[in-house]
Amino acid sequence: MPRTADAGCQLQAQNAETADTGCGNGFAYGSDPWYNKIRLKYGQTAVCRRQKGTGMKAIHTEKLTKSYGRARGIIDVSLDVEEGDFFGFIGPNGAGKSTTIRTLLGLIAPTGGKAEVLGRDVTRQKTELLREIGYLPSEAAFYNGMRVKDILAFSADLRKTDCTETARELCERLELDRNRRVNELSLGNRKKAGIVCAMQHKPKLYILDEPTSGLDPLIQREFYSVLQERNEEGATVFLSSHILSEIGRYCKHAAIIREGRLLVSDTVENLGHTGVKRVVLRGVDRLPQLTDATRIKQEGELTTFLYNGKSDTLVRELSGYSFDDISITDPDLEEVFMHYYAQEKED
Amino acid sequence: MTIVLHELRRNRIAWIVWTAIIAGMLAVCILIFPQMKDQMAQMNDMMAQMGSLADAYSMDRLNLGNLLDYFGIECGQMLGLGGALFAAITGIQSLAKEEKEHTAEFLLTHPISRTKVVAQKLIALMIQVIVLNLCVWGATGLTTILIGERMDFGTFAVLMLAYLLLQVEVAAVTFGISAFLKRNGMGIGLGLAIVFYFLDLIANMVDQAKFLKYFTPFSYVNGADIIESGCMTVKYVIPGLVLIALGIFGAFWKYTRKDIS
Repeated sequence: MPRTADAGCQLQAQNAETADTGCGNGFAYGSDPWYNKIRLKYGQTAVCRRQKGTGMKAIHTEKLTKSYGRARGIIDVSLDVEEGDFFGFIGPNGAGKSTTIRTLLGLIAPTGGKAEVLGRDVTRQKTELLREIGYLPSEAAFYNGMRVKDILAFSADLRKTDCTETARELCERLELDRNRRVNELSLGNRKKAGIVCAMQHKPKLYILDEPTSGLDPLIQREFYSVLQERNEEGATVFLSSHILSEIGRYCKHAAIIREGRLLVSDTVENLGHTGVKRVVLRGVDRLPQLTDATRIKQEGELTTFLYNGKSDTLVRELSGYSFDDISITDPDLEEVFMHYYAQEKED
Repeated sequence: MTIVLHELRRNRIAWIVWTAIIAGMLAVCILIFPQMKDQMAQMNDMMAQMGSLADAYSMDRLNLGNLLDYFGIECGQMLGLGGALFAAITGIQSLAKEEKEHTAEFLLTHPISRTKVVAQKLIALMIQVIVLNLCVWGATGLTTILIGERMDFGTFAVLMLAYLLLQVEVAAVTFGISAFLKRNGMGIGLGLAIVFYFLDLIANMVDQAKFLKYFTPFSYVNGADIIESGCMTVKYVIPGLVLIALGIFGAFWKYTRKDIS
């Protein structure tokens, strides 16, 4: 039973870390110093995970499926998010982002496949794993009539912790008035209350569903800086968004989902380096006819297209044209996203 | 206990208003009894001749000049129907309102099992029903002392416990239904309480419809039956207990496997 042995080991490791630092936050994010510290302190048993190379995944799903009768949910979603990652989950509205997230949180039961969060099964060990998760729903709703501070205290009570200090600090950073009643809050302020609820207990895993919708740019930046601090402390961040620039700027890995199916999951860097080049020509004499060019657009002087072939071939083919200027760049995330979508549509 | 307290706090206004109205109306009824007493004695004959309407409220079998008998009928109207309506409204909203107001997503992503959520909400519901009844008992007792009357304590206690059981039954059944709802079930809750009430009225009026008494909790709170026999009618209580068990079991069964959307 290697799984049980592994789980036992994790538990020991967790206890070790908690005893050592006095807080659960530094636990097992896969960094070497951590393993070394544990190994020095507790000998070989705590290192078994590393020897096996089974570093705990923050999120692991295998062919996760949720179907709602005729309506599409998600189909065979196999996703891995490493601990300590900053992971972006991209897709348009109704693609299945929220369904995936809700399944991970045990709000809805999968109809097929399996899902593990922090090494625990989402259906059988839901309560334990929710302890380690900070969740921000896309549309945060609270109990009408309650004040922000009461909601925060209620949330902390349900977690059997006292987060007053962290909550106060977060409210100050996000400029949220703790004495306002939640039903009087604007969309953005309600979002902030949701963010504080998700972050005040300093969880190991943040699951954030469209976290920045409704926030003004300054607060967005502050929110991401808090999130990055938590990520640097070792927490895993999993956020869904359809704002691609955000994902490109902050995330290490990203996955794209469309019509319930996962299209691709890779580092944000690799997603940008798909071999596809964005070519911009200025003042070209005629529309280029290249074998591997797609999405050819002409706007005034500029002709842009995506080139999905070898670079030397591109240069050779272009030598037959006359133009004033050229730039060949990696496409940004948005174009990659569009590329995957266009591809799917063609299929 | 966090959710129990939260529920009590959230429903406190409705809870206080219903308690005050029901206890207040019963108190008023008792306070006016001395003035009604003489007239009531004269009305008995007239009542007995009112036929099926008197049957419906069992007025033909009680002596309205006696406080306990008078109370048995007033009770039937106010504590029975009022308490049942409160229990129905509170029960039907208990679980369903979380989804209606989209707070279920907030609540259920905290580290608390759904079983515990259901259990704590059920406890909060029953506390509300029981406290409402305690207040009614207190108000009734106090006003009885005030007007210098006495009631047979044993029969009074059975009557009050019967009404409590009625409300517990309505609460449990609506609570069970609540787990299956995704939206506000206020109409279903109120409708159910009123249907229970009318089933009993019909069963009292029409002999052929007597079997309906097995389907309504109002059958075991019949003031005339309890005052005459000094106990609840067991054959009507048993289906009630079964419904309570079904309601509670249904709530746990459904809510622990429900998709929250």
